Parts: sequence; C-alpha cells; structure tokens
Amino acid sequence: MTSTTSAPPAQQPKSRPGDRIFAGTAKGAGILILVILAGVAVFLISESVPALTASADEIPGDGGLASYIGPLIFGTLLSAVIALLVATPLAVAIALFITFYAPRKLAAGLGYVVDLLAAIPSIVYGFWGIFWLAPRLVPFYRWLEENLGFIPFFAGPVSSTGRTMLTIGLVLAVMILPIVSAISREVFSQVPTLHTEAALALGATRWEMIKMAVIPYGKSGVIGGSMLGLGRALGETMAVAIILSGSAAGITWALISSANPQTIAANIALQFPESTGLAVNTLIASGLALFVITLLVNMLARWVVNRRSDFSGAN
Amino acid sequence: MKLSTTTRAAAVSAALAATLALAACGASNEETDPATAAEGGSGEELSGTLVGAGASSQQAAMQGWTAGYSSVQPDVTVNYDPIGSGGGREQFLAGGTDFAGSDAALDEEELALAEERCGESGIFELANYIAPIAVVYNLEGVDELNLSPEVLAGIFNQEITTWNDPAIAADNPDATLPDLPITPVNRSDESGTTENFTEYLVAAAGDAWPHEASGDWPVSGGEAAQGTSGVVSAVGAGNGSIGYADLSQAGDLGVANIGVGEEFVEPTAEAAAAVVENSETLEGRGEYDFAIELARDTTESGNYPIVLISYHVGCVEYEDQETADLVADFMSYAVSEEGQQAASDAAGSAPISDNLREQAQGAIDAITAAG
Repeated sequence: MTSTTSAPPAQQPKSRPGDRIFAGTAKGAGILILVILAGVAVFLISESVPALTASADEIPGDGGLASYIGPLIFGTLLSAVIALLVATPLAVAIALFITFYAPRKLAAGLGYVVDLLAAIPSIVYGFWGIFWLAPRLVPFYRWLEENLGFIPFFAGPVSSTGRTMLTIGLVLAVMILPIVSAISREVFSQVPTLHTEAALALGATRWEMIKMAVIPYGKSGVIGGSMLGLGRALGETMAVAIILSGSAAGITWALISSANPQTIAANIALQFPESTGLAVNTLIASGLALFVITLLVNMLARWVVNRRSDFSGAN
Repeated sequence: MKLSTTTRAAAVSAALAATLALAACGASNEETDPATAAEGGSGEELSGTLVGAGASSQQAAMQGWTAGYSSVQPDVTVNYDPIGSGGGREQFLAGGTDFAGSDAALDEEELALAEERCGESGIFELANYIAPIAVVYNLEGVDELNLSPEVLAGIFNQEITTWNDPAIAADNPDATLPDLPITPVNRSDESGTTENFTEYLVAAAGDAWPHEASGDWPVSGGEAAQGTSGVVSAVGAGNGSIGYADLSQAGDLGVANIGVGEEFVEPTAEAAAAVVENSETLEGRGEYDFAIELARDTTESGNYPIVLISYHVGCVEYEDQETADLVADFMSYAVSEEGQQAASDAAGSAPISDNLREQAQGAIDAITAAG
C-alpha cells in the first residue's frame, strides 16, 4: 500500500478499526469464493473417482465412461454453439439499434424489455419451447429436409414434434440474448464521443462510423458478453430437459430429427432421481466434465479479451 | 417435496416429541412405550410421525392415502419423500425411514441388508399400488387399435415404421390405416414405467424384442420425452405418434387394446388387478414377503398384462412399539377398500382384489415390536 499523504516518513499510517474490519471482510469474501470453488472441485473429483476407476461394463450403457460422457459433451457443445451463432449477431444488432439508431424514448423502453427476457425462469422458456415454438417449427424443418436434406445437418427423418437440437439451440439463443445484448450495449455506449464525432466529421456515414469506431472499440466487450452467454447455455438444465428429445445412440450432426444427443446438465436432471450407486458417480463424473468445459471456456474468453484489448483503442 | 397431513398434536406433544426423536435417529433407539401398545390396525387413536421415502410412481396415490388417513388418525403425520425407488430402498435399509415405496422388489443383496435393518423376522413387501400402463397413440381417423405383443415390440423397436404395415393391418382388419410414418415416443428419464413396459415386452414378445428389461429406454433414435406428462404431450403433438404412459394420464389420446392369448384386452383397473392376482408370489423369501412375479405372458382372458406395481416395504419387527403401531395402522388403511379407493381417486390406480387385501392384512397383523 502506498501513501501519498504529507505525513512525516517515520510515522506509520494511522489505522482505524473501521479500516481493519472492512479490509478483513473484503479479504474474507475474496478467500471464501476460492474456498467454495475448491470445495466444488474437490467434491466433483472425489465423487467421480469410483466411476473413473470402474471397469467399462459397470458404467450405464456398458460402453465405458468415455462413450457415456462423449456424446453428452458433444450435445452440450453443439446446442451451446448453435445458441451462440444465433444470439451474438442478433444481440449486437439490438445493441447497435438501441445505442445509435432508436429514438431516445424507444431506446429506453426497448432496453428494458430485453433485460426483462433475462428475468424469465428457464422452466418457462421450456414450456414456451415445447408447446409454442416446437410445433411451429415442424413445417420449416420439413422444408429444410426437402430442400437442403443433402447437408448432414438437415438430414431426415424430420421429428414430428419439433423437439430437436435446432429448436433447443434457438430457445437457448433467446435465453442468452439479454446477457449478450446488455453487455454489448454497455460497451457501445462507452465509445468515446470524440471517436464517433471524429469519424462523422471526416465524412463517414453512420454505418461507416459504427464500422470504424464503434465495433473495434467494443469487440472485446462483445466477446466477453458472448462467453458469459455461452456459460449459461452450457449449463442450462430445465429447458433442455423438457424440450430436447435426446435419444441418439452417439454423436450425430442431424439437427432436425428425433434422435439428438442429450446435454450433460439435462441428462443429470433426468437420470439422477432413479439412479443409485455407480450410476450416480457416473453422473457426477459427467458434471466434472461440464465443470472443466466451463472453466476452459472462461479461460479462453479471458485470453481473447486480453489479446484484443491491445488493439481495441480502449487504452 | 414432502407430503404431510395436518398435525394437531398439542395435547400429545410428549408422545410426538418421542416419535420425532425415533424417526430422526431410527434404529438406534430402543425405547418402548407401553401406553400406546396395541396390535396394528386396531382403530384406536394414535399419534406420531411416520416417515417413508421411495418411488415417485406412487406419489399421487400416497397423497390420496395421507389425505384420507388424516381423517382417520388426525394426530398422525405421514411424510413421504418421492426420491425414487432406489433411493427409497437405500434409505429404508440404512434405517433413515420407517418404510419404503419401491417399484421393484428387493434383490438378494438388499435382502441381506434388510436382515441387519429389521432382524431375523425380515421384511414385508406388499403390492399396494397397481397402475395399468396404457399404450397411447395419436392417429387421425383410427379410433380403435389392436396390437399383439409382437407387433407392439416391432413398433417400439423401430422395425415396423409405417402405420399401414401388413403386421398392424393383420391385427386390425376393419381399420383404415394411413400411410404415415410411426413416431415411437419413450421416456427420456429413467423410470419404473419404462422398466415395467420393457419387462412386459421381454416376457411377451419373444424374439421380436431383442433388448433387456431396463428403466432406461434401450432403443435409440425414437422421440424421447421427460416424464409421463412429457410423453403424453409429445404423443398428442405429432400425428402418427405412439407411446406408453399411466392409463390415468392418457386423457384424450387413443388407447390401444393389447393382445392376450386369442383376444385383445382393453386396459382397465379390473383387468390390471386381475393379472396381479393371478401372478405367483416369489419363492424362498420371508413369510410376509409378498414380492410377486408378474404373469406378463399371461394368456388368461380379461387380464391386462402391462401394469406397474409399486410395493410398500417395511419391517415385520420394529425396535419400538410406537413405530410398529403406526406402520401397521397406516398399512391397514392403505390396503383397506377405503384406502384403495382414495388412491384410485387421486392417482387412477387399480384397487387391489379382496384376496390380495386378505393376504396383505395377514402380514400387517404380524407387525410387532422387539420385546
């Protein structure tokens, strides 16, 4: 701690009880979060050990741990990536519209509505997805199969209920939209007025101004927001559990059929209530895999943001 | 979620406190209370808390039982935690609960543990909850559908893929079957319904069903939905879908008649109770262990073989008198005509037959406390 007061150098800085108590609680809170994280990691690892060391035919499905968890990891990543691909451009467009195009009154209202999307419980999204969205997507999926069926993504047979990987990707996209757009909006509104006005003064149109001044400045923020959204999409449980028809035997790229790989979190929610013994350890081992994936995603996001910040003009 | 009846126990707070302590520390408590000593089901006023856990399949029935029982014994609280059959058996064997609800009878390993939990006299297992599982379908223009076990297995094994398949037509000579793909719907969560349905297919369909019985649906590639409600709504959503669900939840969906012997039997409460009554009790278990081997492959007329049964499992000998009285009294209510009607109203289950009731009452009368 450096002191810039004009006190004589020999004298110690005066320490009041309030300072000490506040410093102590702040430090305690910081340590607590590490302890909790370590506790979760220790629990997951110690409870996974029986599944990790068991022989292949004791694991549910008889194929060993890797073939049990592999398709789950694939399903988790696939649904989250679809969600991100759909949500990010949409969220950036919403944020740009609210910050630069919308009349001020409309902008405030619209921002509020988008934030409201974040407050809807995921089980409600689940019901919306299964009863409203999924049946309405079936004709669209039929069209996709007829016209684009040669692409492995849209191979048939089409699900008759619409409870598919693409549907869950879209529902997850709606769920992560508010996070990504809120953070994007925040960084876009922080673009220095000097940058935008300089661009406009040089004869740039509004689109050119956004392209040259706003996007480069906000890039790292948008990526950070997307990674937060990705974290939510990876761990989403209830909506996936009730919407997705996860009955595939292994890894499949078909997005619009009844046979889809299940996601880790939804699989745990579905199988845990009637599981005992080693089956529970296996589920916890899959939870450990999810923990590692989210950790990697967060580290990747941090790395990307740090790398980008050198060029963003923020410094 | 816990189910509980209202407790009005101010006057008997001392007794209640003792029972709560017993419930909490389970088998370790050897205290007996001669004041409330009575052989089970005597109709005298009891008070205390009874703790059970287990199968979620009988949760709705248990709600009916606890509600009905509270009018008989207002001072008794029955808590039932629907954590699942496996968890229920585990908790009961560890001494954490007074009784368990389970979709499956205890296996040999668990019976050995039960001897530790309950002593020499062993356990009782009573099939108090019988629920017919219906094969539900959604097919425009077809109001009645007959399916023999082999055809049913072929459909769910995805060998028979269109509704106008000759095998289905052979079972339904009068119906006009459309040229529509079949979407078989199964449970995505592990469940007793799936276990019983696959057990039936293994027993009745022969080579047409090459998979083993399991609580996890063994065929991949079908439409998978969460819970009974999920299956029912998935079948309702897609024309040409077929699935399996509790009969009481079938709603507006078509319900298929299942081939038994030469005829096709409609799932009804009576037909389901009949098959349980005609099934053999498993040999070589305790005197009051009425675990049964369901006659899935029955050919008897009027028997509907796709049923889910859920047991009540408890000790024949409890360590204290109070728990013994409470268990015996509650079980007496559950098997009584009134209790079975309450379960049927709440869960749509099939009331057990008089013979089964007599058999169960024999076991309940034998419940005692260690002296």
